[in-house]
This record gives sequence, C-alpha cells and structure tokens, in this order.
Amino acid sequence: MPEVTYLEALRQGLREEMRRDENVFILGEDVGLYGGAFKVTEGFLAEFGAQRVIDTPIAESAIVGAAAGAAHMGMRPVVEMQFIDFISCAYNQLTNYVATARYRAGLACPMVVRGPYGGYVRGGPFHSQCPEAAFFHTPGLKIVAPATARDAKGLIKAAVRDPDPVLYFEHKFLYRRIKEDLPEGGEEVLTPIGVARVAREGTDISIVTWSAMVWKSLDAARQLEQEDGLSVEVLDLRTLLPMDDAAILATVRKTNRVMIVHEDTRTGGLAGEITARINESAFEWLDAPVRRVTAGDAPLPYAPSLEDAVLPQTEDIVRMARELAAY
Amino acid sequence: MARLDVIMPQMGESIAEGTLSRWMKKVGDPVKRDEPIFEISTDKVDAEIPAPAAGVLVEIKVQEGQTVPVQTVVAVIDTEAGATVAAPIAAPVPAAPVRAAPPAPSPVAAPAPGPVSAAVLPPSPSAAPRAETVDDRLRSRSTPLVRRIAAENHVDFTAIPGSGVAGRVTKKDLLGYIEAGGAAASPQGTAAAPQRAPAPQTGPLVSIASGIEETPWAAVPWPGDRVEPMSKIRMLTAQHMVLSRRTSAHVTSFYEVDMTRVARLRDAHKKAFEERGAKLTYLGFITKAVADCLRRHPILNAAVRGSTVIYRQPINIGIAVALDWGLIVPVVRNADELSLFGVARTMRDLADRARAKRLKPDEVQQGTFTITNPGGFGSYVGAPIINQPQVAILGVGAVEKRPKVLTLDDGTDVIAPRLLMMLGLSYDHRVVDGADADRFMADLKRLLEEFPEGAL
Repeated sequence: MPEVTYLEALRQGLREEMRRDENVFILGEDVGLYGGAFKVTEGFLAEFGAQRVIDTPIAESAIVGAAAGAAHMGMRPVVEMQFIDFISCAYNQLTNYVATARYRAGLACPMVVRGPYGGYVRGGPFHSQCPEAAFFHTPGLKIVAPATARDAKGLIKAAVRDPDPVLYFEHKFLYRRIKEDLPEGGEEVLTPIGVARVAREGTDISIVTWSAMVWKSLDAARQLEQEDGLSVEVLDLRTLLPMDDAAILATVRKTNRVMIVHEDTRTGGLAGEITARINESAFEWLDAPVRRVTAGDAPLPYAPSLEDAVLPQTEDIVRMARELAAY
Repeated sequence: MARLDVIMPQMGESIAEGTLSRWMKKVGDPVKRDEPIFEISTDKVDAEIPAPAAGVLVEIKVQEGQTVPVQTVVAVIDTEAGATVAAPIAAPVPAAPVRAAPPAPSPVAAPAPGPVSAAVLPPSPSAAPRAETVDDRLRSRSTPLVRRIAAENHVDFTAIPGSGVAGRVTKKDLLGYIEAGGAAASPQGTAAAPQRAPAPQTGPLVSIASGIEETPWAAVPWPGDRVEPMSKIRMLTAQHMVLSRRTSAHVTSFYEVDMTRVARLRDAHKKAFEERGAKLTYLGFITKAVADCLRRHPILNAAVRGSTVIYRQPINIGIAVALDWGLIVPVVRNADELSLFGVARTMRDLADRARAKRLKPDEVQQGTFTITNPGGFGSYVGAPIINQPQVAILGVGAVEKRPKVLTLDDGTDVIAPRLLMMLGLSYDHRVVDGADADRFMADLKRLLEEFPEGAL
C-alpha cells in the first residue's frame, strides 16, 4: 500500500467519485486551470474537462446557489471554498435555502461544500477559521471534519454519495503533514457519516475532539502516559453533525472524566453542546466536571507568538488533563 | 444567654432536604430536652424532632411548609431558663407549599456526617455553625458518580480518606474501599457493577412525569368546593403510583385460600402470643408464609434495573399501613429468618411506631416484596399497584365465612361453611411470567391451608 498525504487522499477520493459517477462535478474559485489554491484539484481539468471542473467568479453565494440548482436537477456538485472562512459569504444560501430545501419543497439537495479549515499556519483572521459552530445550529446540514488521511478519503466519498448537503472541513495544517498507507484500487475506502472513532484507548480520562486537535490530543496522551502514568482515551468524532452520542456516552461511562478539545473559539463552541449532552445523559457517570480546552475568544492574530498563545497547544491539553486527573 | 441552634436533621444517607410540616411549639414556649418541637417530612418518612436541650424557643427561622437542606438552622433555643424572649424575627406566615429560597450561608452548619442510625437525632450542639465552603462540599458530596456507587453499595463515603482535590473521595478511592471489604455485602457484586450496569431507564422519581402534573382534563373547582394542596406524602404517593403503572407491565392473579385451619391455630395461640407482647393476626400468618415461599421463588423477590434483574438476597417484606394522613410501608427485614412470633411482634412494633411517627428512615427502605391488606376493611380482593422497584405485591382480601364445595372421603360433594380469603398477586410481567407467579401462589395457598402447627 502506498503512503499518501491527507491532501492526496482527499484528491484520490474526489477523483474516484468523479470517475464512478458522471453527475459529480466540481466548481469553485481557481479549481480548474490553477488546480485550486492548495492544488487539491490539480490535473482534474485535464482529466474531466471544463464541463465538470468549473472556474467561478469570486462570489461564494452564487457558487452555492448554482450548486443547489444543479443538485435539484440530479447532479452531485462539490463546491470548493478557497478558504473555509469565506463560507460565511454563502451563509444565507446554505442555511436558508440549501438546508431547508428538502423540508420546504421536497427538493433533494445532494451537494458537498468543502474547503481548507483551521489555523497553525500563520494565516491570520481570514484564513484560519473553524466555522462549524455557525452551521452546527442549522437542522438539515451535515458536517464532517476528518483527522486522518483514510478519513479524508473515506469521508469525501461518503459526503459525495450522501443524499443531503454535507459541509466538509479539511484541515490545512494536516494537508501535507499527515501520511498514511492507503489501499490502491480494489478495496474502497469509505467512512460512514455519523460514526466516531476511538483514536486511542484509555481508562483514566477521555478527550473528545476532532480534526487537527486529534493529533495534539494524541501527543498529549503519550506525554501523560510517560510522565504521569495516565491512560488517556482519545475519541475522534469525525462527524460533527449528526454527532455520535453513543460513542461519547460510551467513553464517559468508561473513564468518568472527560475533556473536550476544539480549535474553534470557546464561547458558543461545540464543547458547550457536548457538555450539555453528557450532563443530560451521563450525569451519574461523572467523577469530575467536564472540562474544555479551546482557542481563546479572539480573532486569530497574525503574529506567530500570538497565534500560538490563542490556539490550543499540546501543553494546554496536558495541563488540563492533569487538573482533571487530580480532581 | 446561651443560644443553641436547632438543625434540620439528616434523616438518612441519601436524603438531602426535608420539609418542615408543623411547628409544635411557638416562640416563647418553654421546651424540655427531647420534647418534640417540630415535625418534618422527607422523601422517605415523617418524624417528630425532639429538642436537643431544655430551654425556651426564642426564634423560628423556617416556617411550616418550607423545604430546606439538611443541616439548616430551623430554630434557636435559649438554654438559660428565664431569659428574655426575643421578638419573633419573622411573623408566622400560613404554610405555603413552596420551596424556600436557599438559606443564607451563615446559618448552614458544617456537614457532620455520622452513622445513619444516629442521624435521626439532631447533630451534636457542639458542631458550631460556619459557612460551607467549596472544599466542604467536595468532601461531603464528591461527584454524582461517587454518590451513585456509594448508594448502590450502602457505603458512607464521607468516612473514607479521599485522594482528590480538597480530600475529595474519588471513584478509585471508593472502589478501592469497597474491594477491600469496606462495604456491606452487596447482592450484585461491587466494584465492577457501576460500569456493567446499563443506564437507568428513568431519572429520579420527581423529574419523571408525575401523578400531579397538569393534564388537559384538569379539574376546575366549582363554587362551594374546597381546594386543598396535597401533603408531601400524598404527592409522593401520587408520583410513585403513576410511575409504577408506567414502568411495570402489571398482571394480577387471584387465588382463593381456605383459612379455616389458620383460624383454628390462631384461636389456640392468640392468648399465648398476647402474653408475650405480640398480636397474632391472619396477616402475620400470611407474611410468614410469603417469606418462606419467596425463598423458593426468587424471581418474585427481585428488582429490575435497565436490562438486568437483581435477585435480592434478603427477604424484606413491606407491609402497607394506612394512616390517617396517608400510606406508609414499613419493612419486616429478613422475614424468612423470623419465627411466626418474631414476625408478629415486628409487625406490631412497626405499625405502632408508624402511627406515632416514630419510624426510622431505614425501616421504610429496602423492601423486596410488599403485602397490602385492604381486606381489613372488608374488601373481597384487590389488584394492587407494585411498589417500585420491586416486581410483585400481594393484596389480601377479607377472611369471611362463605359456602364452599368440598368432596368427602367417600366421593360425595357437600357444601360447607368455610373461612375463605381471596389473594391478588400483581406482578411485573416484564420479568415474571404467569407460570412463575402461579407456582408461587399455589405454593403459598398450600402452605396456608396446611400451616404447620410446629411453626408456632
């Protein structure tokens, strides 16, 4: 099995789906001639032609609107946001129109909106955001955020095949840093939407997390095992909406001490919702209050030292885990 | 003057608050040591609370109808006789069935955990009141998980050294203590139980749709009607009954029992029992017979927890006692280990103390099977509602002379006057099948009709 990066795994998944189903097509800014800002769709124009790899004007609302129309007519559009930060420009189309089309008009809207997400790349406030909380609140949408190369491929394929709109958040810090052996041809890599994955088994503390924070949590878990003898379980949610409640409850019941780690800012972040669910369903299983490690409530600074200060780091996770273990 | 705080006592390990139902003394009244001064009702039991010392009641801080956490100061006694009586701080207000605001920090005494049996009496007056800190709270309350495991294993975790923050007892501390044999024998094993057990299907009693919620057909009072708020015991009964109906798949099986032989035994031994301080009743015979039969039919002496069945080790039979102010179910513990005399004496003692509001909380807890006796009022038979989380309840009808067809030794059928009694067993069909229930009842009927004279 050849070793591929997270980005290459995503590219493979997209290419396989376009070869499998001629209704699948890509549209976005610079996705054709230029091959995408991060080269995710490099070579696609040559292979699939300008009818299926469409360069659009810089108008996210129009891109999503056009994709919705195509989806209603039976196509399977995959929209690329050049940076996921710009999905805010399509907020109205996604929440008022796309998310409600099936409910209002019985119109299926099978489409994927994907884009590079997250920080740690010195991108500043417009190129580093984690916007899941803004869409998590909208019934009718699905949200996935892979952490591994296998899931980058498995989730984009599942998202393309899903009958409803899926937001796919790919972490730009992981693009070329994560490598994994993936099967070539033959076995199909598919990750079911709505199912979390235990990234590391443990018995003392559970970390519920996703995307790039899975890797920081795993680093913290290794350090805590070596330095403190703590056994830390890491749950990679993979899908944020619908959330895998059963997997969260299972890990709470197992370790009785839980922390949630996310890269998004703290106030109104998903950790609050996860905490509420644990409180509602597993109060009697808690041996400590649920804790959060998140970014600070601030726009992400350009200055490297300040970006490091605002975003959650491995040592923040280690510190909070120690506090939780001592409770 | 020497002022002594009177505190809302902790009426049992799992009880966090109590409702002050009635003041028996007014501000200015002299009180004797151990003289009842107020009455409380908790989730489990009603009780009169005695004065911790002699003196004069100088201040009432909690009014009738208010619900306050345990350890809250409810009154102050001046222990120096003849001291001037302070004017009442708060004018007495009519009892309002509303929850009082949490008490100000200052009058809350430090939690003084003690053995449950001693907790009926107010804590020692030497426990000086002081503010409850977060550390105190961590030490005495720990976490939901620890409280749950402690309750399931009947452990007072406040007595265990804690390794957590501020000396808090952690899950590990508690499980270690239980594994080391610190807990009372638990029927379902200890340490691993909390993790193995499935999620409770229901939350705490009061959070479930209760018997007292507003319904679409809520009754409206008509002119001239009298509207009274329910007492605490009434509300708890209402909630429990509705919840039980929703929880268990009730089925009732009826059996007729010939009590002629029991009546003869009773007449023969009544006097001897009375001389030894017990009253020999039909219910005594029935309770004893039920206890013996339950040992052979453990599924009737069980409880349901999620998708598991807990087979109870002890046979603790609750006997429903009708009081003027409601229903209470004191428990005859280990009834199968008692003689008929022991059962009769325990039943009389429990019933007497229930009427006098002198039951201890432990005496109404941990029943494993319940008997109710509407026959005392003349009822032919009833289909009672199960006392959760048990799986069966026996309703006893009136014992009266009725005609019965008997077959003589020579095969002739005759109609004879016999003392007959109906029994109605309601059981939870989720775990008890008809065959289980009927085998138990047939056994019970045989034992009563052939009650061994040697057992007296």
